[in-house]
Amino acid sequence: MKPAATPAAQFWEEFRESKVALVALAVVVAVAAAALAAPLFAPQDPYDIAKLVLADARRPPGHVGSAGYVHWLGTDAQGRDLFSAILYGLRISVQIGVAAGAIAFTLGATLGTTAAFVGGRVESLIMRTVDLQLSFPAILLALVLSAVLGQGKAQLIVALVTAQYAYFARTAHGAATAERVKDYVEAALSTPLPVRTVVFRHILPNCMPPLIVVATLQVANSIALEATLSFLGLGLPVTEPSLGMLIANGFQYLLSGRYWISIYPGVALIVLIVAINLVGDRIRDQLNPKLRR
Amino acid sequence: MLGFLIQRLLQAAVVMLVISALVFIGVFAIGNPIDVLISPDATQQIRLDTIARYGLDQPLWRQYLAFLERLLHGDFGRSFVYNMPVLELILSRLPATFELALAAVLGATLIGVPLGMFAGYRPEHPLARIAMGVSVLGFSVPTFWIGLVLILTFAVWLPWLPAGSRGATVSVLGVGWSFLTVEGLRHLLLPALNLSLFKLAMMMRLARAGTREVMLTDMVKFARASGQSEWTILRRHVLRLISIPIVTVFGLEFGSTLAFAVVTETIFSWPGVGKLIIDSIQSLDRPVMVAYLMLVALLFILINLTVDVVYALLDPRLRTRNR
Repeated sequence: MKPAATPAAQFWEEFRESKVALVALAVVVAVAAAALAAPLFAPQDPYDIAKLVLADARRPPGHVGSAGYVHWLGTDAQGRDLFSAILYGLRISVQIGVAAGAIAFTLGATLGTTAAFVGGRVESLIMRTVDLQLSFPAILLALVLSAVLGQGKAQLIVALVTAQYAYFARTAHGAATAERVKDYVEAALSTPLPVRTVVFRHILPNCMPPLIVVATLQVANSIALEATLSFLGLGLPVTEPSLGMLIANGFQYLLSGRYWISIYPGVALIVLIVAINLVGDRIRDQLNPKLRR
Repeated sequence: MLGFLIQRLLQAAVVMLVISALVFIGVFAIGNPIDVLISPDATQQIRLDTIARYGLDQPLWRQYLAFLERLLHGDFGRSFVYNMPVLELILSRLPATFELALAAVLGATLIGVPLGMFAGYRPEHPLARIAMGVSVLGFSVPTFWIGLVLILTFAVWLPWLPAGSRGATVSVLGVGWSFLTVEGLRHLLLPALNLSLFKLAMMMRLARAGTREVMLTDMVKFARASGQSEWTILRRHVLRLISIPIVTVFGLEFGSTLAFAVVTETIFSWPGVGKLIIDSIQSLDRPVMVAYLMLVALLFILINLTVDVVYALLDPRLRTRNR
């Protein structure tokens, strides 16, 4: 390793040593890029009703549609090209997952570090609430909340954030408690810097490594949760067809053997989730002091 | 110890009260159940009668107090849709969910622990590697999609097993059970497998980590030196030592399995509590939703309380440290 390498470059050198993680990272980047640029790649705008031809409905993969191109993954009940629908669905799933993850990160990290720094009653109130929430399964909380709040992107993100911020708060609290007693915090506090600056500019950056690990895993989790809720008909409205909803729509055709309507969106979902998890596992291993050489 | 117990019970009661208020207010914000209950062409008189009958004309806080009072009497109200007492409705669905969850957790333990112990005993064996690789999938892949693949494989492509519902049940002690007949078992197999995969992955990892740790201890060396066979060591010593965390997780997971059953029951149309709650959410059957949520909250608070108390019994330090 070059001695002049920055920490980030060093981290990257080490990350590259795992072939599995490298492939997983490439998959995550490729899927995210394809999802964000879906309108450029997709052979069809799946939600432009004028382009749908009912004669093409429920065709198996490889069918050449009336528009003249091959439906590589088949078509759904409305004659929609499934490959295009998956790209557009991924777009929604990635958006929701990243948005929910980012908000939960901010909220949880703020609460956790504040609790660790302030201490006393505030700390026990925040951390008791967090512990209580962690004892309930996240899926149940998200289910209840999306049932209560109704359907919609914003409502769904609120439900996911509420179900997940506790993991960030727990992690940030643990890390910040350890940082708080260190000398550099003492030194920073003895300067006229406002306490807020010390907490968020000095302590929080040192709590980042474990938080980043939690963040990768939680983004994967919120994508899976969103899909589950949409599958149950509680997540997004019909106007925002995410992968979960595509799978739910294909469910009724599954029993007659038209597997592709449900199975391919699921494959896309799983490839994405497994890849994110593999990247997260690698980062965790790299940041774990016990496994460090 | 008594002080600790009283304090924890009080805490649990306060939490239940807070949850009941949150659930009640939250559920009442969903929409107007009058539209669901009364057909649009009903006369004005029928409308008013129905509203009065369900107490929907009262202010919200009054409805809540009345609800709380009824709750303390064990009366959860009547279901709007099924027109029967909610408690009765949920209790009639509970055995199906209970049976499914128990089958899933038991199956996960009986298969996962031996596999995990093997993976911990021979970490380099190809079979162990395959098992651990599959366990990663068990963690990452959403339950509902595995359910679809199971239906597609074992009910559509290979028509061996039924794709849904519960089939005939045998009545024992006034409750219908599936596991007593071959037909019932055939219906139980796929949903139980679906529900158990996540737990299976977890049990395998727990057993593997525990076994690896215990195999390195002096105890195993002495047991080997005393001439015991490897099989005896694994069965008599290792299994016993790793069973403590496994039993804890078994208990905790049983609660969350009941919650996760929502997804599996919906896919396999298993007539349990989980399917009931999804149906109630969709038809705005508020008393059922409130009762279900309260019962689940109660279940989890009781589980946590039990865990706290058991740990306090085992570890005296926890008793004195509480605030």
